Amino acid sequence: MRKVTAVILLGLVGYYLFSYFLEIPFGENRSSVGDYYLENTVEQTGSVNTVTSIIVSYRGFDTLGEVTVLFLAATGLGAILFDKKGKKRRRQHASLIVRVSAHLIYPLIILLGAYVFIHGHLTPGGGFQGGAIIATGVLLMFMSYRSFEVSHKFLTYLESLAGITFVVVGFAGLIWGSSFLENILPLGIPNQLFSAGVIPIIYIAVGLKVGAELTGLLDNLLKTIK
Amino acid sequence: MVYYLAGILLILIGMYAVLVKKNIIKIVIGLSIVNSGINLLLIAIGYVKDSTAPIFSSDNFKASQMVDPVPQALVLTAIVIGLGVTAVALALVIRLYDHHKTLNINKIRKLKW
Repeated sequence: MRKVTAVILLGLVGYYLFSYFLEIPFGENRSSVGDYYLENTVEQTGSVNTVTSIIVSYRGFDTLGEVTVLFLAATGLGAILFDKKGKKRRRQHASLIVRVSAHLIYPLIILLGAYVFIHGHLTPGGGFQGGAIIATGVLLMFMSYRSFEVSHKFLTYLESLAGITFVVVGFAGLIWGSSFLENILPLGIPNQLFSAGVIPIIYIAVGLKVGAELTGLLDNLLKTIK
Repeated sequence: MVYYLAGILLILIGMYAVLVKKNIIKIVIGLSIVNSGINLLLIAIGYVKDSTAPIFSSDNFKASQMVDPVPQALVLTAIVIGLGVTAVALALVIRLYDHHKTLNINKIRKLKW
């Protein structure tokens, strides 16, 4: 009975949602704000990746809020799962093949993550993606070596340093420029690593922050395994 | 157009899981599927036929041949928020399991519909 009700309700929702979406032309024209960003991004921000320039430059303040939301989620998870006794993870290793290959791949995954967030203004990718890749590398180590530990002190310092860097870059724009997060460094030649002013600095900070936060989050979740 | 259909289908599948499934982990997975469906829908709205990613990696790419970058930037934000939501939901599930020793919502009193 419940299933039938659910199917009928969802059928109605789906029908009206789809009939509304039929009105929106598929694959035809862009929004005018998208046009503006595409035409001006290289001259105004020096970043060839338009998505990066929107996230870090045009809507940089929004990204600061987003990083704060992620920080709040990690803090909230830590608060919910907080245990006074301080449980240790169960010490049972994975098989030899998994352990050896995890040991080989782990530095390469960290390197890939760093590459993705350092080249955020040139290639598809950026701070959030790079941070997530770093966290998957640490997750691989967590899963194969149950005794693998990360220092929470180090993670906290890294995260705080990255967050402070973001805010300091923003205030530098306010002091030497005219607005918060203004691009005060020279833009350089597009399509080179050292270009786009403060965008790579901010994205490296975001990448380190996201990587540290997700690693701490995974550690907190894995600690609850009994 | 088929992308709109796929996005809406994903949203409906996720909502079905949320409405019907008894296991809380499956409900969280349903929420995550709804999130993916909405992301796909937003990306599909920004698609322009025969165009590439909005990255000017060489001079051959012109702004007129690129997809809309605004939905992509919004979806990047949405993915991160979705990750935070899923993480906090899973933490709550872990605490609920510690307290009630079950994941079945029918056995947890005061959590029925």
